[in-house]
Amino acid sequence: MTTTDPASAARTLDTLGKKCPVPVIELAKTMPRVDVGDTLVVLSDDPGAKVDIPVWCRMKKHELVGADEDAGVFSFVVRRRH
Amino acid sequence: MTVAESVAADPMRNHGPGRRARDLLESARTAIAAAFGGDPERLVMTSGGTEAVHLAVQGAVAANRTRPARILSSAVEHSAVLWAADHAGVEHVRIPVDRHGVVDLDALADQLRRGAALVSCIHASHEVGTVQPLEAVARLCRDHDALLHVDAAQTAGRMAVTLASTGADYVSVSGAKFGGGRGIGAVVLSPRARLRPLLGGDERERRRRAGLEHLPGVAAMAEALLQLAPSDPQGQAARDAAAAHHLRRRLRAALPQVADDVEVHGAPDAAAPHIAAVSALYCDGQALVSALDDAGFAVHSGSSCATTSGEPSHVLVAMGALTHGHVRVSVGPEVTEEDVDAFVEAFGQAVGRLRAASLGGR
Repeated sequence: MTTTDPASAARTLDTLGKKCPVPVIELAKTMPRVDVGDTLVVLSDDPGAKVDIPVWCRMKKHELVGADEDAGVFSFVVRRRH
Repeated sequence: MTVAESVAADPMRNHGPGRRARDLLESARTAIAAAFGGDPERLVMTSGGTEAVHLAVQGAVAANRTRPARILSSAVEHSAVLWAADHAGVEHVRIPVDRHGVVDLDALADQLRRGAALVSCIHASHEVGTVQPLEAVARLCRDHDALLHVDAAQTAGRMAVTLASTGADYVSVSGAKFGGGRGIGAVVLSPRARLRPLLGGDERERRRRAGLEHLPGVAAMAEALLQLAPSDPQGQAARDAAAAHHLRRRLRAALPQVADDVEVHGAPDAAAPHIAAVSALYCDGQALVSALDDAGFAVHSGSSCATTSGEPSHVLVAMGALTHGHVRVSVGPEVTEEDVDAFVEAFGQAVGRLRAASLGGR
């Protein structure tokens, strides 16, 4: 993956091994460092995150672009909206 | 002859104490059946709510083998119902719910068109209080010739729960939930409801449930139901419910005022009034429980960090509701407006402290 343009490259927030509510707290802390319109990939293996990250997007009015699950690892693509 | 001697005797015996025990058992059975609009001959006393739902779900399926080998349940049933349905030897399909926890009637109708022996629907959610649209559920069951089990553990003794009002073939109840005693439950059967016993080997409970009757429990449940009179609009249960509805509304309105980013769960009004639940973003459920316990409030959390399984509450997951930072509050008849206000203040302070610690210098 090329990272010549850090501003537009998708960033990844790895919260693997962290239990609720840490993944959502880290998401909230990271989002201000994402440019409006850019996306952040969030990885979590906490079963609560499957629900809580989409709910966070709804409550904080950001866009959940995608969600996937593979072998107990959830990945979410969140776009900063404001 | 004392009550203690009567309840210690075996009601199946024909000596004097046995006859008195039998009289007590049958008069209690008559009172309990009447409270739930059932026939005393079609009431099965159990060791509690858990056995009642297992008997209703598995006993119904086992006695109706000619019906389609499927159970449909709401996704927000009590875990005892889900377990019983998962282990009934037939397919078990969970019907989704909306954000308030109300079962999706279109999805239920779709699944009923494919056939089912039994539908199991909780009357009111044990976690968020939401009452299910049982009239519509029962109509769908009739239209598709499926039997209906209603788990009324949260509503029996508190609201009008009868075979007619629920439209159910099987109603399961728990004495522990309404002051009717621990270790006692019941299944109320409609005239068409067949049941295969889980416990067999004697003649008791009209051959539907073997084992010596728990006479003190049966008598306590009957007495509680007589005092509560849940089907009487002027009865004790109705007065308690009106007071609890007022407090639940006050609590639900106040919680979002003391903290940002909280989700108050469940239906606003179509709910069992003694159950309220809320989640606070960025808070650890167990830490909230501890902080509120320190402030003198005993609450429960369904957050995964607060459960021994590490899994979040299946009810919150099914509703798509915030699973962390969750607490469930029971509003008992002794609770006052001042108690509610004090709880709200303690909740706001606890959430503020936890967020200051976890979010820090964000």
